[in-house]
Order: sequence, then C-alpha cells, then structure tokens
Amino acid sequence: MSKELHTIVALVEDRPGVLNRIVSRWRQRGFNIESLAVGHSETPGLSRMTFVVDAAHNDVEQVVKQVDKLVDIVHIEDITHLATVSRELIMIKVRSNPANRSAILQIVDIFRANIVDVSTESLIVEATGDEQKLDSLVELLEEFGVIELCRTGRVAMQRGAERVGQDEPHLVLPHLHGGRAPGGLF
Amino acid sequence: MKRTGAQIVFECLLREGVRHIFGYPGGANLPLYDTFKDYPQIQHILVRHEQSAAHAADAYARVTGDAGVCFATSGPGATNLVTGIATAWMDSVPIVCVTGAVVTSLIGRDGFQEADITGITLPVTKHNYLVTDVHDIARVMKEAFHIARTGRPGPVLVDIPRDTQQMTADFHYPETVHLRGYRVPGHPDPAEVKRAAKLIEEAERPLILAGHGVILSKAYDELLELAEKCDIPVITTLLGISGFPGTHPLFQGMPGMHGMYWNNMAISESDLLLGLGMRFDDRVTGRLKDFAPNAKIVHADVDPAEMGKNVRPTVALLGDLKATLQDLNREVGGKRHPDWKAWLARTRAEHPSITIPETDKLLPQFVLKQLYEATKGQAYVVTGVGQHQMWAAQYYWYDRPNSFVTSGGLGTMGFEVPAALGVQVARPKDVVWSVAGDGGFQMTMQELATLVEYELPVKFALLNNGYLGMVKQWQQLFYNDNRSAVKMFNPDFVKLAEAFGMVGLRVTDKTQVAPAIEQAMRHPGPVLVEFVVDEDENCYPMVPPGAALQETIDQPAMAPARRREEAVSRS
Repeated sequence: MSKELHTIVALVEDRPGVLNRIVSRWRQRGFNIESLAVGHSETPGLSRMTFVVDAAHNDVEQVVKQVDKLVDIVHIEDITHLATVSRELIMIKVRSNPANRSAILQIVDIFRANIVDVSTESLIVEATGDEQKLDSLVELLEEFGVIELCRTGRVAMQRGAERVGQDEPHLVLPHLHGGRAPGGLF
Repeated sequence: MKRTGAQIVFECLLREGVRHIFGYPGGANLPLYDTFKDYPQIQHILVRHEQSAAHAADAYARVTGDAGVCFATSGPGATNLVTGIATAWMDSVPIVCVTGAVVTSLIGRDGFQEADITGITLPVTKHNYLVTDVHDIARVMKEAFHIARTGRPGPVLVDIPRDTQQMTADFHYPETVHLRGYRVPGHPDPAEVKRAAKLIEEAERPLILAGHGVILSKAYDELLELAEKCDIPVITTLLGISGFPGTHPLFQGMPGMHGMYWNNMAISESDLLLGLGMRFDDRVTGRLKDFAPNAKIVHADVDPAEMGKNVRPTVALLGDLKATLQDLNREVGGKRHPDWKAWLARTRAEHPSITIPETDKLLPQFVLKQLYEATKGQAYVVTGVGQHQMWAAQYYWYDRPNSFVTSGGLGTMGFEVPAALGVQVARPKDVVWSVAGDGGFQMTMQELATLVEYELPVKFALLNNGYLGMVKQWQQLFYNDNRSAVKMFNPDFVKLAEAFGMVGLRVTDKTQVAPAIEQAMRHPGPVLVEFVVDEDENCYPMVPPGAALQETIDQPAMAPARRREEAVSRS
C-alpha cells in the first residue's frame, strides 16, 4: 500500500507522560514521526498535538484507533483529507556580510519573512508558511551559507466554523454501585 | 479523620468489593502490608513469585467476572508482574495491580529496587498511574477499577511510592469518575443492527464465531437465543470455549490452527460469518487473504479498534455484546438451515478430527476424555500453553459457563499453576483441574506450596511426555525433526508433590487413568497426578503456520513432508 504524509490532530489531557503514551503506540508499529507540535488548546487542561507521519492509510487508521483508546486522549483525528490551513514556523541563521545583506533582505521580503537578529557575520530569518514555501526559502538562503536551522513542525486547523473534537461527548460516568456496572458490563 | 495512603487504598478496595489479594511484600510496599491487620475482611494470599500473583488475580477475575487484585513491591517485584499483566492484557482481563515504588525523593535516581514500572508496563496496561500525592489515591483507585472493568476490560497498574503510602489525608471516595477521554460503548447503532438482521435473514450458510466477549459480557443466554432462534451452528475461539454449551447440538467446537477440520472448511464455505466478541486472531484465521472467501462478515465487539483491524466487516456492531445480542435477537428469527447443517455433519463424519486411536499406549487425548467423563464436563479446567492446552480445548466439552481458563493471546507457559490457584480461591467449593504439561508446570511449580498452605484442593493432570511437546511438533514437521532443546530432564513429580506436602500419583497405563482421577477427586486436598503419556503423540488437526484454513491437516497421515525453508519463510 502506498504511503503518504498524514496530518493527525489530537486533543489530550495536559498531564505528565501523555506524549509518551501516544508516541509509544506509533513506535510499536514502527512509524517514523516526521514532525510533532504540542501546545495549549482553547480548552483549559487540554493540549493540542499535531503529528505528521509518513504511512499507508490503513496503518494510520489502525494506530489512530489504538491511540483513541488511551484514557488521556480526548480526541484524535486524521485531518489529511479535510480542507485545512497548515503552517510551520522556521528560523534560519544565515551567514551574511555587508556585501550580500541586501540580497538576503530581498529574499526575506519576497517571502514575507522577518529578520529577528543581526550580527556582523550573520542574520536570523524567521518565517511562517506551509512546508513547500519554507523549503524554497531554505533553498534560496543556502547559497549564502546556513549556519543553523530550526522548524517547529506543522500545525493545522480545519477551515470553516467546525472545531476538532466538538462532537465528542464528554462522558461523566455514574458511580458503579458495589463495583459493578449495569447492562452486562463489568 | 485522617488516614494514611495505605489505609486509603484499603478503604477503596473494600468499596470496590475486593475480598482477596494475591501478593508479595517488600521494602516499598511495607506500609500497605502493615495495613492488612486493620482490614480482616480482605484476605491476602502469599504467592511464591510475583508473576503468580498477577496470573492468580487474572484467573480469579476470569471466573468471578470481577476485577482481580495483586500487590507487589518496587523494582523486581513489579517487573516480575509484567508477564502476568501482559497475559491479562492480551486476553482482556480486568486486574488492578498495586505496586509500591521507592520513596519520591529517590525516583529517577536509581534508588535501590527502583524500576520505572509505569514506563515498562505502558504497552501492556489499559492505563497506569504513578501517584505521588496522597490526596490523589482515592480518585486514582476509583478510576483504576472503572477502567479495568468497563468496555474492553484490561489490566490497570497503580504505582505508589512508599512515602505516599505513609502520608495522611482525609478520605473521600468519589461518587463518579470524570474521564473525558474514556468512552464505554453501550448499545450498537440500531441501523447497523437492522442491517445485520437482514444479512442473517438472507444467509444460507451462516456461522457464529463466538469469542471471549461472550464470557466477558456474560452474554451466554443471548448467544444461545440467537443460535437457536436462527438455527446457526456455533464455533467458539479458544477463549470463547465455555461461552456456549459444549454438548449443544449446534456447537461445533474450535476453529483455527488446531481447530476442527469441519470448522475450518465451514468457515471457507460459509456465506455469513458472525464474529461475536472476538478479534480474528491469526491462530483463528490462518492466512488472512484466504480467510472466509465466500462470507460477508458481521463483527460485533466493544472495542472500536478491532473493527477492520484484521478483516473488514460488512456490518460493524460496536457495543457491549450482551446489549448487542439483545438488540439483534429482537430483529431476527425463524429461518432454518437443514442443508447447511447436513453439509457440516457430512464433513464431520468424513473428517472426524478428534477420534482417539485404538492403542494400548497411554495417549494424552485419552486422559482428557476420561477427565471429561469423570467430571461430567462440570469442572473448572485450567491449562498452560502447548499441546496439552489444545487437547484440553478439543477433548473436554464444557457445559458449564465460563469453566475453561487458559492463556490465549499471549500464550503464557506456566499459567496453569497460579491460574488454578486463583480459580480455586474464587471458587473454593468447586472442582478445579489444572491440565499441565511437564514444561510449563516447572515454570511456576513453586506455587504448590501456596496451594498446600492455604488448603486449596487443586487437582493437577500433568501430561508428561518428556518434551516441550508443541515445539517438538513444529521441529518434527517444519525443521527436519531437528529436536533442538526440547527434551526435558524432569524431576520425580510424585516425590516433588510429596515434598510440598500434597498427594502425588503416577499413571503409566491406560487402565489406571480413571481410578487415579477418581482417587484424586476423593482426596480433600491438592493432588498431582502425573500421566506418563506417549511422547510421539502430536496435536491434530493442524493448519501449518502461514497456511490457509483450507489447507488444514486433519490427521498425521495427511501431513505432507514440508521443506524447512518453506516453513521458515511462512512463519
């Protein structure tokens, strides 16, 4: 089965060890995570994670279901085939001198990037965009000499008024008298 | 009133209905053990190895249908639990393991007897906790039991540092569990139920493939009703055995690698397979791409991740199985399948699969048949893993609901001794037979001491063929009979039993089998009966590893000489 890049969004309890639990499920099936971004979500106590993995659809579906079973995971969804906006932030430290500085600035302008640090021998360029845009920026800056580079990994959001996980019921389960649940469940 | 963390644990256990704990003390759970004296309602059973504590709690949970509990200390105590936890995980058994951890100031500093047990058990627990605040203990215990018992059950581990066990707090047991990421399916989608009912109505050659879910959700009556109402033959997976009466005319036995020939052929012929509370394990399906080629599949399970994991169902019924079958039973009924049942009966007559050869030799199958007759199919039968396990699944017919206790998914040798211990603690008045092999028995035989100490009258049928029999069988069939590391040097099992203070009997002749079984059952205490069985007997039918169900070898005479490379490339 052919592989493709999948963007997966998860809303998880903001607790120690949660990332480990999720990543462990990907590891078990031998997935390599291309990128991972974690931060607070709009709901207090919930973190939002964005994973990018390179895998076949069926395999991703299975791991997503396995991860969804984890108690600390409130919602997980493969949003690859939804209409989304995705962005990444990059910082690139480029070798520069007075002779080539204006050439660099021109590129920075075209890409609507920013200079966030200047020294006599270098510049730090900061930019946001999708991966392709950032890849081309890096390619263009490489001829000046890239000293250091860091990227945040993709974050993604569905277009329109929908919210990830908004239809998920937040269950409050009743007290189970005598330790047993009704209806044939333990 | 302030209580210590250890007392809070016990208050929670009481409220969860816990009466027995299998465990082993050590440095990091001393405060917990110090607290047993205040809670005489809870009996502690001191096993001889922590692995046994987990297996015993697991077996206790399987037969009671409620969570089993075990205690262990930090480090090696906790890591010794891991095989037992993994066994419960693979077979969806609710156990709660409470481990002591090194004091909080030592965590992560390689303290004496420190092991990252929440990290280690992460892939084999449904959930686990490290509790470092005494105020969290009550909530965590509440959640632990809830998670272990509900939905697809499974093991939960709670790790509590020694100092947290000693700190004090007010005790309030929470009324409710708030877990926004945890959902328990109830009834399935009614539209899907209607679709399933329509498929049942249209089917000419339907088959029920019932698994452990029947037992876990206590859906015995509902399964019986569905089968009888719709006249559908019932096959049970290894763990589904005793979920349906073993002598019922619709019952067909087990499918798969050592399943009945007729079942494997029936699956291939069937036009509708109802997978109920089972997961299409590779030991059941054989080569997946050739599995049930003519069948539509209705898959009922409580775990959404099972839907489409191994086979793509035509209809998926996500829900508690008991609720699912109740819903389904309201929608179906009436149709008879005389032609289909006649086809099955004919296949069964042509390939009887489980006839015992006429011989003077003492055959293991003969022992199982005698055991069945002596107990009238009403005993609890516990097994280890290997040939003896398959024979116990094939030659003993389980009429009593939930009376077969075996390690299926993980295939844990050594399960037979501590699991029998757990069953007998849960069912003190019932007859418990542990069918064991000479290999697995020696992995956990130290628990004989526990049986004697607590006066637990487990009877062992030790099938001694002097080999790790199933491995030997594979070596014979697929590795040019190169018997590598499978011949067992065994102790004198009768003397061994006697040394532990129990009765030991040895049977070497066919005629002694029934009398020895009778004698064992008449004795009020634990008994080990060693049956010195024919070492050449192998377990059939057999689907070679990686082969399709259609390639089932019914009898050894049918076994083609397979090349080693072929076996290696397939397994």
